[in-house]
Amino acid sequence: MKLLSYIPVLVVGVLLLYAAKDFPEWGSPDAPASKSPVSSHFIANTGVDTEVPNMVTAVLADYRGFDTMFETVVVFIAGMAVLAILKNSGRKKLVKREFEVDAEPDLIVTNTVRLLVPVIQIFAFYVLAHGHVSPGGGFQGGVLMGASFILVALSWDLETALIRFPLNWTTILGGLGIFLYAGIGLLSMFLGGEFLDYSELANIFPVSREMARYHAMLGVEIGVGLTVTAIMFSLYANLSTEGRLQRGL
Amino acid sequence: MGLALFNTFILLLLVVAALLALRVKDLLTASVVFAVYSFLMCLLWAEMGAVDVAFTEATVGAGISTVVLIATIFNLKRKSSD
Repeated sequence: MKLLSYIPVLVVGVLLLYAAKDFPEWGSPDAPASKSPVSSHFIANTGVDTEVPNMVTAVLADYRGFDTMFETVVVFIAGMAVLAILKNSGRKKLVKREFEVDAEPDLIVTNTVRLLVPVIQIFAFYVLAHGHVSPGGGFQGGVLMGASFILVALSWDLETALIRFPLNWTTILGGLGIFLYAGIGLLSMFLGGEFLDYSELANIFPVSREMARYHAMLGVEIGVGLTVTAIMFSLYANLSTEGRLQRGL
Repeated sequence: MGLALFNTFILLLLVVAALLALRVKDLLTASVVFAVYSFLMCLLWAEMGAVDVAFTEATVGAGISTVVLIATIFNLKRKSSD
């Protein structure tokens, strides 16, 4: 059976190698991606429309904001699904696992983490807030923020991390992030534009239409960051303990 | 020349990491090799100028997904059966 499975792998591999011949050179101006009017439109107009120097962020949070909103919803649903499956999985009692040791949190590890976590969290805020200018944004900042709480859970234990970030907060924060994103979209809709057409926000805030898009992008990135932070930590907390939420790794 | 050499080196390592992640019986080792794969991918993307993608790959691919995989493996049997 295992040998048989090599046949489709080889066939697909040969097909892919054959197809790779037709790829344009990397960075070639004749590549379909470079020649299409869509790319040149974004390159020419992002700075004029939104004043955001990082085109990736502008495309992600503004031009295709609807897409990004539902990506955030997908992350939220994934977290909720894990929670729903593991919450009543029936294996409530603590079984001794294969590699479990009873040890106090290590002095060197905990003190290193004590120094590291504030730096990680400040960097997460920087990545989120500076995503307009440099690489980064809500997803990356949120993942970094969630990772800092996971680091606390890994070096002490899950209970210590859950004091800092209780698990029922994660559901609320996750929902709040999506609510913030959709709220900015709805607000711009009620102000006369389309859903997620941030430039209409200039009607109620004292900024130009371009800067309204710039700042609304920061708002939706904060929403994405909130959801991702909460769901990443909730995923770790539930998966490492099979939903019991005590005695993690 | 230097860039081509770098690309070839990274791509070869990628193939090795991909094969190793499939072949290794110990699931913990496999997930760490998977993190190595993600990190090599991140290097490639950074080299091609797609820094946003590289950043996402480094945080999500090499970071969080490895932690989540390891957290899950500790609740399962560690050896793969095939």
